[in-house]
Formats: sequence, structure tokens, C-alpha cells
Amino acid sequence: MLLEVRDLHVEFKTRDGVAKAVNGVNYSVDAGQTLAVLGESGSGKSVTAQAVMGILDMPPGRIAGGEILFKGADLLKMKEEERRKIRGADMAMIFQDALSSLNPVLSVGAQLGEMFEVHRGMSRKDARGKAVELMDRVKIPAAKERVGDYPHQFSGGMRQRIMIAMALALEPSLIIADEPTTALDVTVQAQVMDLLAELQRELNMGLILITHDLGVVADVADKIAVMYAGRIVEAAPVHDIYRSPAHPYTRGLLDSIPRLDQKGQELYAIKGLPPNLLAIPSGCAFNPRCPMARAVCRTDVPPLYEVTESPAPRTSACHFWKECLHA
Amino acid sequence: MPEPYDPLQPGEKEVIAPTGQGGPMDLALEEAQSLEKTLEPAGPGPQEKARSLWSDAWHQLRRNPVFVISLLLILFLVVISIWPQLIASGDPLQCDLSKSQQGSEPGHPFGFDTQGCDVYTRTVYGAQASITVGICATVGAALLGSLLGGLAGFFGGWWDAVLSRVADIFFGIPVILGGLVLLSVVTSTTVWPVVGFIVLLGWPQIARIARGSVITAKQNDYVQAARALGAGNGRMLLRHVAPNAIAPVIVVATIALGTYISLEATLSFLGVGLRPPTVSWGIDISNAASQIRNAPHMLLWPAGALSITVLAFIMLGDAVRDALDPKLR
Amino acid sequence: MGRYVIRRLLQMIPVFIGSTFLIFLMVYALGDPVAALFGDKAPDPATAARIRKDLYLDQPLWKQYLHYMGQIFQGDFGTAFNGQPVTELMASAFPVTLRLTIVAILIEIVVGITLGVVSGLRRGQLVDTSLLVLTLVVISVPVFVTGYVLQFLLGVKWGWVRPTVSSDAPFNELILPGVVLALVSLAYVTRLSRTSIAENVKADYVRTAVAKGLPRRRVITRHLLRNSLIPVVTFIGTDIGALMGGAIITERIFNIHGVGYQLYQGILRNNAPTVVGFVTILVIVFLLANLLVDLLYAVLDPRIRYA
Repeated sequence: MLLEVRDLHVEFKTRDGVAKAVNGVNYSVDAGQTLAVLGESGSGKSVTAQAVMGILDMPPGRIAGGEILFKGADLLKMKEEERRKIRGADMAMIFQDALSSLNPVLSVGAQLGEMFEVHRGMSRKDARGKAVELMDRVKIPAAKERVGDYPHQFSGGMRQRIMIAMALALEPSLIIADEPTTALDVTVQAQVMDLLAELQRELNMGLILITHDLGVVADVADKIAVMYAGRIVEAAPVHDIYRSPAHPYTRGLLDSIPRLDQKGQELYAIKGLPPNLLAIPSGCAFNPRCPMARAVCRTDVPPLYEVTESPAPRTSACHFWKECLHA
Repeated sequence: MPEPYDPLQPGEKEVIAPTGQGGPMDLALEEAQSLEKTLEPAGPGPQEKARSLWSDAWHQLRRNPVFVISLLLILFLVVISIWPQLIASGDPLQCDLSKSQQGSEPGHPFGFDTQGCDVYTRTVYGAQASITVGICATVGAALLGSLLGGLAGFFGGWWDAVLSRVADIFFGIPVILGGLVLLSVVTSTTVWPVVGFIVLLGWPQIARIARGSVITAKQNDYVQAARALGAGNGRMLLRHVAPNAIAPVIVVATIALGTYISLEATLSFLGVGLRPPTVSWGIDISNAASQIRNAPHMLLWPAGALSITVLAFIMLGDAVRDALDPKLR
Repeated sequence: MGRYVIRRLLQMIPVFIGSTFLIFLMVYALGDPVAALFGDKAPDPATAARIRKDLYLDQPLWKQYLHYMGQIFQGDFGTAFNGQPVTELMASAFPVTLRLTIVAILIEIVVGITLGVVSGLRRGQLVDTSLLVLTLVVISVPVFVTGYVLQFLLGVKWGWVRPTVSSDAPFNELILPGVVLALVSLAYVTRLSRTSIAENVKADYVRTAVAKGLPRRRVITRHLLRNSLIPVVTFIGTDIGALMGGAIITERIFNIHGVGYQLYQGILRNNAPTVVGFVTILVIVFLLANLLVDLLYAVLDPRIRYA
């Protein structure tokens, strides 16, 4: 297994108390595989990714427990210098807003080339050449002429391509993409997503795709992990989930996608608000919003049930997953 | 294509123009610029936003020891500047040359100055001039500055262009220099020439802040909406723009008050500010400075009182700014 | 870029004319330069009238101003109270004040930015809080108090430095005066760089730099510092002009015969050519420093360069 997150807990100290952002997350990705992590904002999907990358703000953040195994070694037990050498080189991240994530005062060539200077010890000139190659690879027109340009001189789609190029620079074995297309126009979204998927296949990388967009997921993901209040509530191969969700929250998410054949009907929305991380409801965190909730849901935290129907491994954290599955 | 972006464009951000003494008056400007930027994140509606911003700030301020201490200190200073007799029984102008530069003795805890005047009494009475100059100059500069700056920001156009250039001109004149030239011909022993001078050089700074925050407030969606609904200029300015633009002005004015007191002392030190028989810390420090080798106590007390007063106002402004600036928490 | 510079230069012209005219107005309208020439003696009316005509004083004020500016651009700044040409005073005073300003600016840059970066990176910690309080105290104590106290302690009581500066004003004697002159600005530079660093440290591009696996030192120097220093550079640049004009007090305390000293003498003796001449040069220095800042700004921030 390329990456395995085991029982990860992350907390944030805030003025009003300790916010439990991640509460025992488990997931794994293999080389060449795409894992989509779904969830509302505040579900802990980005925090988990930042913990994997080692770019959490600590303090106020704190990793309260768990293991992150990368190629068999626990990242959390490594020295910072060892981790730094992995970051960017063997594991890279693509951020949502490329304009703010790129340094406004350095040329894109300098920012791309920096990867080779720092991790490969190349000269500035050679690194510049590599930067042009990379820009060609992510299909930026006239790469040679534009290598000295600054981020604000590129369009949104081109900037996100530069982010992708930067992540791919050293051909890492794992890429984490945190909502890579959310900030883009719909027409550009597909192009960028296709490019990412294509490069992933070519380099046989593991990809963790963090998103709240179910449409994107169906096309590219192999498996899905749905997060709610810092836990994974359902994990399954992509088609199983779309066919028959085994958790009422997943069902709610799927039902709230607008569909053409339901034109004229009222759009479905999960009632209520995402939970307050300072005071997560007892029992199942989803119970106040759940249409199927019963007494046990308010008292007992549901364990991860093995959903055995499918040949591929599949889990759900719902006491009544069977009911949900057959609804 | 590149977005046109020019931080020096009017309304975006002005270069910090020093006010000439390499000094205190710039603080307010620096602080206000950061404030201006951070006051933007808006709540839902105009009234709601103003109320929650202020009540939130008040809630935080009450628990901030810096704020409480500086506020108490300022209250104390204001009280003794109105009734100095409360804590000093003597007469600051009644001096006994035979006691020239003597140290402390019972009833005269701070000792005597060169003229044989009681340093304690003079230090207490000195508050009056400083506080009067500080408050009057600040009120004057704040009214004039926010009126001109606010109008310039609200209406824009040539009025704005002219005002910005006029402000630039005043920024171009070093403060101390202007003070020396203008005030050296004055013979009045009242505080008014000094107040007038500080207002004259102080208003452009407030105007700049007011202008910036009015422009920011004007661009808020709800103000645009009010305009679309046909609200008149007067109503817009009073009901929607002013309440949101006033916070930075108040903060800057508070900090400026401290620096104006410092400026008054500096001018008095150079002999062009307040003049005897007005009792002023600046004058006493000036007299004491040349005697520092013989009688350091003469310098210590008025200088300490002056510094603490200035510090109190600056800290108060600083605390208020922090409270109004959610981003810095 | 070229258009940008030209626009800034054009904007300076009204400011230059306005500031110099204002000072001209103050000096000539408020004082009587002829009476000042004669000191306490009452001048003979005929002589006074002749001098008035020679000095263009019988003309309307705006004509006087134009005449004066015309002469200045030919290098004629008039005569000081002691009969010396004002240009000679300038030649002796400006290098001294320039040296003092250089010392002060260097202290501001080195000490101010270092402290600001240290406290910005440790925001909320003890170092940061104490530095913040310290800067407020420094700002609150008037320069003339700090000046005299430091002079007394370091110069007289402990004898570490010369309490006053000799007439050549070499660099080593200007260190203490430089510190005094820089002190308040130093506090601003510290606060400004602290705020800027603390704001930028949370920026997305800094997070990207960390995610790229760059060493911490490189993240700070190459990514964080460059962005954070833009407002600081602005302040320091404009401060050059302000320090030169603001050196009056420092120069008085340490008996330095620089610009501030000459100006003070000029004002005391009501010598209009000295005052207006020196101030005109100061305004030019101030405006040039502003232009320099704008250019530096464009160098540091490419978003301006292409506007």
C-alpha cells in the first residue's frame, strides 16, 4: 500500500475550546489508484490531507493520535528534516486557489525551478530549462516565452496547470489535490481534471482527490470515502456508492444533486447544519439531521460495519446500514 | 491578460507620508491602514454589522487590562487637569530661589527646579496644558479632517483630486520645521496658536483615513443596493456610509491625541510652543535638560509624566484598534 | 514602467510648488527680512527701500516667489545672516546630516526588520508581546528626553562615547545621535514588519512553499520576507526625507552642525534665504525619496510593473 492513514485524530485549540476536526480517520491509496474524499466544509477532509502532507498549522493544530504510513514508514514518527525531503519530492499537493497559492512576486519559472534546485541540487539555469519542460507537459502554450511571467499574468485555468506542474515536477508517487477545480469556470474544470487524470495514469501515481463535487468524482475516482464531522461514514468502490449508498448521509448527498429527469420538482437538501466541532453530537454525529435516526443513534457511536454485499471492501458507520442499502 | 493593479492608485493605498519629525504622527497612519483593510469583511446588514462590530469590540475591550489601565489613567489625567488642586496644594508659580535645584524634602517629594519651584506641583499642573492642547487639537483635526476627507471620498472627482494634492503638500512640510517658522512669530501665551498649528498640520492625516474608509464603505454591496433603491446622497452618507467609516477615524484620532501631546511638548522644548507663565511639561523638560548633570530629578518627573500620558493614549488607541480588527486576534 | 515614472514625476510638480510656496509664504509674509538684516538697529528708510527693491520685496508675493525660484534654479540661494552664501552653508551642513541619516537608516533597517521578523514569526509569544510594549514605550517617550538621557548616561556618566560631536562629524561619533534619531522610526519599522510578517505567514503561497518541501530558512527568506517587506520599504524610503528634516532636535542635543542646526539658526535670526533655501532642498529630497520608493515598489512587486 502506498499510503495508509490509521485512526488519525487532529484537534485545534481555539478561544472557545478544543475543536475535534478529525476523529479516527482510516483510508488508504495504492499506486495508480484514485481515492475521492467527499464531505461538506468542516468535515475534516482538508485537515486530514494537511496532516498527511505535514503542513498543518501547529499550534493551534495538534495530531492527537494515529499513524500515517507512507510506503510502510510512519510519517508521524519521522524527524522534520526527513519529512521535508519527502514533501514536494515524493508526495505533493495541489491547492484550490492557484492565484493565492502561487507567490505573487516570483516568476512561475522561478517557482517551478525551485523544486529542482532544492530537491535535486540543480543550477538555476538547468532548473529553468526543467520549468519550461514542465509547462509544456501541462500544455501551457508558448511555455518558453511565458516562463518568466508572473502568476497574475495567467488565466485561472493556466494558473491551475502551473500548480499541477509544480506538484508533478519531481514525479512524486502520491498527489493530494484539494478541490483543484472548484475555483475554475465550469468549461475549464473538465480540461484541468482530464489533464490531472491523464498525468496520473502516465506516472502511475496515487491520487487523493478532495472535493464536494459528486459529478467530478464519478468520472475519475476508483473509490470514495465520505467524511462527516471528522469521521469517515462510508467508504466504498465508486460504483457501489452511486448504485446504493449504505449511509443516510451519502444518500442525502446523492439526492441533493440536481437531475434533469426531476425537472420541476423541489430540490432535495439535507436539513440542518453541519455539526459544531466544539460540541459534536453524542452517538452518531449525523443523528440530529438524519431522517432514519432512532434512540440508539443518540447514545451509541456506530462502529464501522463491513458491508459484505460487494466483492470489494466496503464499510459504513451506520447502525441501520442494511435498511439504508435496501431503501 | 494582466489585471490592472496599482496599489498607488488613489483609494487603493497611499504611500505612507512621514510628517516630518520622523515620528509619532505616522503611527496612526500605519495602524489605520491595516485597520482599513481588515474592517472590510462585512456582516449581513448595515445596522447589524455596526452594532455587532461595536458590541463585540466593547465585549473584548472590557476584559483587556491594557485598555482598562490606559482608560483609568486617562480619566485620572483629565480629572487632575481640571482640578489640579485635588492632589497638589501648592502654587506652581510660587517659587523660592533659595531652594534652587534642591532634592526632595517633606512636603516636596520631587524636589525643586532651578527657579526653586516645587517640581511636584509643576508636574501636576503641567497636565492641564498637555491635555487641553491634545483634546482641542484632536477634536479640531478630526472634525475638519473627517469632514473634508469624507466628502472627498464620497463624491470623488475633482474635489477628491484637489484635496489629495493639498494633503500631499501638507505632508511635504516637515512638522517641526513648520512649527518653528509659523509659531516663532507668535507672541500669545495661550494654548490656541499651538492648537491651531497642530490642527493645520494634523487634518490631512485624518482626512486621508476618512477618505479611504468612506470609499471602502461606499463599495459595500448594501450601500450599492441602497443607492439602487434611490436613497439620496445625504441619507446614504449619514445612515449607511458614516457609521461604517467612523471606526478607523476614532482609532487614529485616539492615537493622534497622544502624538499631538508629544508634539506640543517638542515645540515647547524648542521654545515656540507654550510659553511661560503657562505651566508645561515641555518647557520644564527644556529647562531641566541643560541641568541634567546637576539635578536629574528635574528632568525625570515632567518627562515621566509626559511619557506616561502619551503612552496611555497610544495604548488606548492600540487596544481599540485590536478590538475592532477581528483578523488580528 | 516608463509611463508609471512619468506619472509619478508629474504628480510631484504641484506638491513641490505647493510646499515651497507655503514655506515661502510663511517666512516672507510673517517675518520682515529687512528688519532682520539690521538686527536691533532701525534701518535708514532709504537704505531699507533700496534693499527691498534689490530683494524684489516690493513686488507682489507670487512674483517674489517666481523670482526666487528662478534664482534657485540658477544655483543662487541668496545670502545667510553672517554674509556667507547659503550654498556654502549647505555644502557644509548637508554632508553632515546625510551621514547622520545614513547611520539612522542603517540602524532602522538592520535592527528594526530583524526585531519585526522575530516578533512576527513568534506572534502572541512572550518575545512578541514584550517587543510590542517596548515599541510603544519608545514611541511615547519624546526624542528630546531620550536624547538627553542617553547623552547623559552614555556620554557623561559612563563615558562610553563623546557626548557631543566634533565639527567634522565622522561616522563613529554619529552612532549615538543616529540611534536617537532612528529610535522612533525604529519602533515603527519593527511594528510594521511584525504586522506584515504575521499577516503573510498565513498566506496560501507560504503554505505552498512549505508543501514544496523547502527548508524553513528558504521559505522565510525567499517567499515570506520578500512579500512582507514591501510596506516596510515604503516606510523606510519616505523616512529618509523625514529624518533629514527631523534632525533638528537630535542635532541640537549633540551640537551637530548639520541641516537642522543651520535651519534653527536661520529661523532664530529670521534669515529668509537660509530657511527657504534649506527647506526647498529638503522638499526635493523628500520627493525624490518618494519617487525612489515607488520605483523600488515596482521592482519588488511585479503586479505594479505591468500595470
